[in-house]
Amino acid sequence: MSADAKEILQLDDVAIRFAGDSGDGMQLTGTKFTDETALAGNDLSTYPDFPAEIRAPAGTMAGVSGYQIHFSSHDIHTPADRVDLLIAFNPAALRANVDDMRSQGMVIINSDAFTSKAMARAGYDEDPRPGLGDRYKLVEVPLTTLNREALQGLSLTQREIDRCKNFFALGLLCWLYSRPMEATERWLSTKFSGDVLEANLRTLKAGFAFGETTELFPAHYVVPSAKIEAGTYRNITGNTALAWGIVAAGVQMNRPVYLGAYPITPASDVLHEVARHRNFGVKTFQAEDEIAAASSTIGAAFAGHLAVTISSGPGFILKQEALGLAVMVELPLVVINVQRSGPATGSPTKTEQGDLLAALYGRHSQSPLPVLAPSTPSDCFSTVLEAFRIAVRFMTPVVVLSEGYLANSAEPWKIPDVSELERSEIVFAKAEDAATFEPYRRDPDILARPWAIPGTPGLEHRIGGLTKEDVTGNVVYGPENHQRMVDLRAEKIARIADEIPAIAVEGPDSGPLLVVGWGGTLGSITAAVEAARAAGHTVSQIHLRHLNPLPADLGDVLGRFERVLCPELNEGQLAMMLRSRYLLNVRSFSKITGQPFKVWEIRERIEAILKEEP
Amino acid sequence: MAAAAEKLTRRDFVSGQDVRWCPGCGDYSILANVQRVMPELGVPRENIVFISGIGCSSRFPYYMNTYGFHTIHGRAPAFATGAKVANPDLSMWIVTGDGDGLSIGGNHLLHVIRRNLDCQILLFNNRVYGLTKGQYSPTSERGMRTKSSPQGAIDHPIDPISFALGCGATFVARGIDVDAPHMQDVLRRAHAHKGTSFIEILQNCPVFNDGAWGELEDRKTRAETALVLEHGKPLVYGSPGRMKGIVLDQGVPSIIELADADDPVERGVVVHDETHETTSYAYALATLKRPEFPMPVGIIRQVEKPTYESMLEDQVEEAIQKRGPGDLEALLNSGDTWQVS
Ligand code: SF4
Repeated sequence: MSADAKEILQLDDVAIRFAGDSGDGMQLTGTKFTDETALAGNDLSTYPDFPAEIRAPAGTMAGVSGYQIHFSSHDIHTPADRVDLLIAFNPAALRANVDDMRSQGMVIINSDAFTSKAMARAGYDEDPRPGLGDRYKLVEVPLTTLNREALQGLSLTQREIDRCKNFFALGLLCWLYSRPMEATERWLSTKFSGDVLEANLRTLKAGFAFGETTELFPAHYVVPSAKIEAGTYRNITGNTALAWGIVAAGVQMNRPVYLGAYPITPASDVLHEVARHRNFGVKTFQAEDEIAAASSTIGAAFAGHLAVTISSGPGFILKQEALGLAVMVELPLVVINVQRSGPATGSPTKTEQGDLLAALYGRHSQSPLPVLAPSTPSDCFSTVLEAFRIAVRFMTPVVVLSEGYLANSAEPWKIPDVSELERSEIVFAKAEDAATFEPYRRDPDILARPWAIPGTPGLEHRIGGLTKEDVTGNVVYGPENHQRMVDLRAEKIARIADEIPAIAVEGPDSGPLLVVGWGGTLGSITAAVEAARAAGHTVSQIHLRHLNPLPADLGDVLGRFERVLCPELNEGQLAMMLRSRYLLNVRSFSKITGQPFKVWEIRERIEAILKEEP
Repeated sequence: MAAAAEKLTRRDFVSGQDVRWCPGCGDYSILANVQRVMPELGVPRENIVFISGIGCSSRFPYYMNTYGFHTIHGRAPAFATGAKVANPDLSMWIVTGDGDGLSIGGNHLLHVIRRNLDCQILLFNNRVYGLTKGQYSPTSERGMRTKSSPQGAIDHPIDPISFALGCGATFVARGIDVDAPHMQDVLRRAHAHKGTSFIEILQNCPVFNDGAWGELEDRKTRAETALVLEHGKPLVYGSPGRMKGIVLDQGVPSIIELADADDPVERGVVVHDETHETTSYAYALATLKRPEFPMPVGIIRQVEKPTYESMLEDQVEEAIQKRGPGDLEALLNSGDTWQVS
């Protein structure tokens, strides 16, 4: 059969998942397919899901690593609830993922890997293949054999050859969905050389050619490019966007950046990425622990740098005492928490929104600080920039709550025009003002104290954790002064709300139901709201970036709706805040499985609540 | 500004805050010595920073008319690291104690020393917790009875000098709170050293552990109990007619008696050398403890190693040399991009 003879079918929307052992290169294969898909002009959303162990036992369910990509010719918001095509490199990968398949979807398996031993390791009592045919289109491809045949004659070991089979599969899928492969070829040539490069290129092309010639696939597909706003695009993950936001803050505020961090999943990539860009004058410091990471960051802020520290749940909690000091001494810094499942070590690679209350109330005594949360991978970039702006303007530490889901997921990002990004010059206290300088003399409007950095003659002063006198900053313990300082710190943070833009309600301004979310659930909630509307329901939506202070008009907006639903990947932390603050019956929809919301879960809840009494 | 050019005096370094240590506390004399040395260092006052943790000693920055930061318990070295990395021109002084530095802050002390951040660490060792009212500390002797150890402490004490040596310290010294000229000498040398200068200061807490270093502080007994180190000079101590020297046999120290007419070096007394590359000699000095031996005071070790902040600056410079100064536009557009029209 010649290539031309194959039918080409058009699809609007496809979700595929690569699944294999953590050593099979699934994340890499998925990422490369994502790059090709972006270049093909589709809208897309990805969801990598991998085990915490670096090398979990091969062939076991615990070792399965998956990468899902959803791409489309229209706007999409999530990595999709159901998978249209699963490519499983071994029996464990099949068993761990097949339940997420759409019925009648396509399952491609590496038939070479379905030995009775491997099936037993995966926990199958009997060969699962005969039973699959009823529910799915099962396609058995001997990936290992085909890859070996393609790479005959190269002076590589069998092991090295077998490690290339993910690129055979990638080539096959590129054919199946009519993706260009140039970007992957380019990437391979920058990464490898010699026989390894040759092997990967050859097997990639062999996979593509196999698709063309084999009779296993009677048709292949095109997914037309999506109609998206004109501009230059790239794919970006949340962690890269955080890192670039940190670098960009230094450029836009014209001040060197200091990043102090201790490695922790899933935040370490931000440290790695920023460390690559020291030519921006950025200083990165790998501290001895989380406490030192936070403390050194405060030290750098004291000395006048744009200071940031990054961590995840357990590490964030270790930083809290230092953060309390930053609140007390009122120094500007940004603290990023890429939240993960807990408590304790929990599931380090799984997502959660469990640290909202910890960020707001997890320090001893009254210790208010602003909290922001990005809602998509690319939104991490602008959220970090805003966090720095607030930190410096109001002289306060600012917490940014990202999530494991945002950290590793990719989406196309319209690259901002740098000349249009906000620029701001930092104003330090000056030597000329030494005569009137007082470390705690506040700006009358926004209550920020001056930033007076060592090296400035005449402004020598002492700050510290002890209760201090208003204006002078001298250590005093008087009861009235104490109350005043507590009130001033709280009022300063509250006034940030004056600068938060008015809430834009998505959908009708009032009505039967408002869905309120925050953080990385934006995609699932939006898709669910759209689906409910398509089914004829009246639903409105808002999504909060500012968790503290809350937008000034939030109470009014909530009050205009008969019902308020708040979906969160925790046990209702924002819902609890909204109830206590506004005395409203906010209905919480909570999920804590380590996985993002499925669109249908939220949609079902929307429809159920609409049937309830307001 | 004029401040740098003016001739400063001790008084310029006295802040307006009331000093609130207990009467007779050794901290007073340490503060006076530091304030006295400051004007001699030739550093503009605005470039001097004192950073401390928590404890009696950590109130120190409030009393210095320089930049100062009283931080959280045990973490002063980390705060200092961030500040020094941000501005390597700062003259960075860390003030800590035996509890703050060696108990809750042991980890940070270890790492700041091994990184060789250019700073001075003054560890006030009074062998007790003062601010929390008298519990035993990591340097307290075994058997010390306190409110938290009514039957006697069962922890083996840590020796600050050995600890610093173990961390690879490039400058290690010991001073005595009340021995002003000697301590000022040590402070000057510490400041001149490029890298982490670790100074253990034997400090008396008259309230909770009075006389812990009594024989070293008392001028009448100091000659017999302190071994004053001088680079290139033999390790001798005592008073005329009762001079003694330290000899090392296979690294193990012992004491020999010296007649006034003896040449100590000919008798085998060790000649002090601060600059030994290996730390075994410095460790041998650290093992000299009362009551068997005199306690060495002065500079135990001083060697050169690149500092953390200078190596970091070099790497930033190297990155700029290699890749050019950062270009945000280019960064955002790096890798695979595509146009939508
Ligand atoms: S408790 Fe001891 S160390 Fe603390 S101030 Fe009083 S005398 Fe000094």
